[in-house]
Order: sequence, then C-alpha cells, then structure tokens
Amino acid sequence: MKQKRAVVSVIGKDQVGIIAKVTAVLAEEQINVLDISQTILQDFFTMMMLVDVTDLESLEHLQSSFDNVSKELGLKINIQLEDIFQAMHRV
Amino acid sequence: MTIAFTEMQETIRMVQMESLDIRTVTMGINLRDCADSDFEKMNQRVFDKITSYAKNLRDTAEQVEKEYGVPIINKRISITPIAEILGNATVEEAVQLAKTLDRAAIELGVDFIGGYSALVHKGISKGDQTLLTALPKALSNTERVCASVSVATTRTGINMDAVRQMGIIIKESAELTKHKNGIACAKLVVFCNPVEDNPFMAGAFHGAGEGEAVINVGVSGPGVVLNALKRHPNGDLGQVSDVIKKTAFKITRAGELLGRIVAERLNVPFGIMDLSLAPTNAMNDSVAEILEEIGLERVGTHGTIAALALMNDAVKKGGAMASSYVGGLSGAFIPVSEDNGMIQGIVDNALTLSKLEAMTCVCSVGLDMIALDGDVTPATLAAIIADEAAIGMINKKTTAVRVIPVPGKKEGEMVEFGGLLGRAPVMGVNGFSSERFISRGGRIPAPLQALIN
Repeated sequence: MKQKRAVVSVIGKDQVGIIAKVTAVLAEEQINVLDISQTILQDFFTMMMLVDVTDLESLEHLQSSFDNVSKELGLKINIQLEDIFQAMHRV
Repeated sequence: MTIAFTEMQETIRMVQMESLDIRTVTMGINLRDCADSDFEKMNQRVFDKITSYAKNLRDTAEQVEKEYGVPIINKRISITPIAEILGNATVEEAVQLAKTLDRAAIELGVDFIGGYSALVHKGISKGDQTLLTALPKALSNTERVCASVSVATTRTGINMDAVRQMGIIIKESAELTKHKNGIACAKLVVFCNPVEDNPFMAGAFHGAGEGEAVINVGVSGPGVVLNALKRHPNGDLGQVSDVIKKTAFKITRAGELLGRIVAERLNVPFGIMDLSLAPTNAMNDSVAEILEEIGLERVGTHGTIAALALMNDAVKKGGAMASSYVGGLSGAFIPVSEDNGMIQGIVDNALTLSKLEAMTCVCSVGLDMIALDGDVTPATLAAIIADEAAIGMINKKTTAVRVIPVPGKKEGEMVEFGGLLGRAPVMGVNGFSSERFISRGGRIPAPLQALIN
C-alpha cells in the first residue's frame, strides 16, 4: 500500500516543551515521524513535521488531540495531507 | 519529491494569513428528466433529484477541507436553466418551483442554488416568458435561489425585447424587496455570452452541453496575489505579471487537487476549474487593492484599465498552466459591494460608473453588485444592460449586469446588503433618457467576425 503522508505545522511563541508535547501526541497515536525541521522567525517558533498517516482512519481525531495542546501552549497546530504541498509547488 | 520547508511555510502562510480559499465547490445537476406536464410531479422530482444527488456534497467538501487544511467556503448547486423544463407551467407554478429550489438548498445546507434561468438571446419561448414574468416574485420570496438571463451572444446579437423586459424586472424585484434595500436584484444576473460551467453565483447554471452531474470548482485569492506583489514593490510590469502568474498557478493547483478529490468521493466527474480573483470584504482580500499595489493611487484613476488587463491576463496564464480543464469565467471579478477597495474608490470619487463599464472590457465579467439611485427608470436599466451586452458581443467575451436600484436611496448614500454581499455606495446614472431607444425593441444583429477594428 502506498504510504500516506501528512504535514504537521506548529506556529507560535517559542517556549519550553513544544516539541515534547507535540511528539507525545504523535507517539500516543502510534504515528511515525519521517522528517522534522524547525526555525525561529522573529520570535515565532515554526516547526514542520512530515508524518506517516497510512494506518490512520481519519485525521480529525488527531487534529482534536492537537487542539488540546494548541490551547495549552497558545500555538497554532495544523495537520494537512502532503498532496496539497506537492500540488502547489511541483509541476 | 520532497517539499522544502520554505514551500510548506508559503502554503501555510497563504491559507492562514492571506485568505487563500476554495471559494466554491459547485455541483451541476441536469434536471431535464424531471420535466412533466403535471406540475406537481415535476415539482417533486426536482426536489428529489437535487436532494439525492447533492446529499453528501456539504459533508464531503467539509471532510476534504479538514484533511487538506484549505478552507472550502461555499458549497453550491447549479441546475439546468429552469425555463427549459417549465413547458406549460403557469407563472404561479414557476414561483412555486423557485420555493421548492429554496427548500432543497436549505435542506442540503448549501448557500445558493443557481439556474433559475432562461436563455433568450435570440428569442423568448413560452417557458422562458413564464420564467421572466415569475422572476420578481420568485426572487423576492426565496433566499438562496439565484437567477440569470442570457440576453445576448456574439453569434446571435442582442435581443432588445428581452433587454427591455429585464429593465422592468430588475426594477420590480427591487420594489418587492424594498425593506431589504432591493436585495432580490443581488441574485439576478443579466448575461451576454454566458458560460455553461461557471461555478460562481449568482450566474451559475448547468448548461445544455453538460452531463448528468458535474463538480466545478471556483478558486479565489486576491489576498494571496496582493501579498505576493507587496514583496516586489520595484519590479517592472513584466515581473508584476510573472508574480501574478506564479501565484495564480499555485492557487489553481490547490483548487484542482481538492476539487478532484471531492468529485472522486462523490463519484461525479470533475468538470472545470474556474480561477477567478473574487474579492470579499475581508481585510486585504480586494482586487482594487491589487491594482493599487501595481501602482495606482486609487482604483478608477487613469491607468486602471491597463493594470486590470495585465492582471486578468496573468491570472489566466497561470491558471491555464495549472489545470487541464480551465473553464467558467476565469479572470478577475470586480463586484463593487464585495470589495473594500472599490467601495473606497467610489467614495473618493476616483471610480465612476463609466470607468467600471470600461473595466469590464478587459476583465472577466461586468457591472457587478452596483447600487444605483432608486429613481432610475426601467428604460435606463435596460440601456445599461444593452451597453454591457454590446461590449461582450463585440469583444467575444462574457459580460454581465447585476445592479441594484435601491428604492428610496439617492446617490452618495451607503447601503448594506449584509453577509457576503457587503455594502455599496449608491451611484447616480446619466439623467438623459434612453426611453425611445429601448422602446424600439427588436434585435441588434450579430456583429461581423472579420473587419474587427
């Protein structure tokens, strides 16, 4: 079966424990992280993670788990299927 | 191929900060097989067919929206022009059918259903006339039904009898909804050269050349284009065009991907992508502001047409490269009430009705969502339509008129239409009469396609 991948993006004010808390959610859902990169832009923490969601039934449940972390840390966390980035940036 | 970090960031920025969205996923449904000499049967069939075909439209679109993180703002339906199935139905029955469509839209949770339409660019059939007569009542008694009437094409010329009637119909529709600033007119478009696969309202209908059902997608994103241009304040116009082209490409690709997925999940063929820069009243989501960013102090000043022509063409070039099936109106919309920059242009006396007319020569549609003095006569409205139709006919393009003569309002006042429709400053019209011209009736013959200077 073809691997289905999604991008998790985390944007917000830099603080202790962001990566730990976001990856904890992924670990709990048994989701493997394929790639990860982060940067600080004008005090803003930006992280993108490429994750494997082949076995995931729906992204909704994951998004709602992220929403809890979102609220707790005051961050914006979104999960989007990778195809959208491929479509927009590759001919 | 892996996607670079900056590319991901760009997509996320477009959606979250620059109002990139899929403006509409519109399902076209053919209603020809619903026709019946027994009106009650037809009425029921229309309702049943629409509500069964589009049953999952909203939920599916919302699901896709969540998975890909790009908002799909509107889910809509377009149908076979209703005049074509009316047959011997009476005017009252035609009004009742409009209410049925409204009920179907409410049940499905779609915000508009388009196709309460008639194509009368050459002549008016019995069913067409029934629909035209029913229009004011139908539009003032429904909320979500959109109507359009084709009064001219390049191949047939302009049906001035229909144009004259439209002046009267618009006036009457405004009167019937005067407590709401003539809102019925906001749901009525008069076309020259309409397209059969337009997903945008109020002019959407499911044309005669279309299949049983289809998914057409309208993408927008003036905010994305504006922000992209802001990063190149000193580029020459070739670069400006290039930036718009590249941005349009990305926006269209996002739309095409999501549209195809929605179509696949609904098991309906994917029709076309319509890439139209359609403004909203959201901050920075304005076509006028793009023109100002290109270098005009205020939209409407000298240079506006040139800048608009450049932008419209660049949008099409980017879009055409991005999608295998570009269709609809594709270009730029310039609805006044839905574009804060246009509103400002009028308030500052930079933008006039004549300039707006001229702008329609080089962009995708026409005089759109313009509030007019409530005292405007039906003949003047008809003459405005005739002018716009002539522009479309001669230039072989779609033009349209969607104007609202706001009862009791005078030039300079501001009217609110609410929601997506926005607000607009009332504009005056030329005080000299066009009565005799309009009352002549008949048809303006189709133009030559050669000797085109």
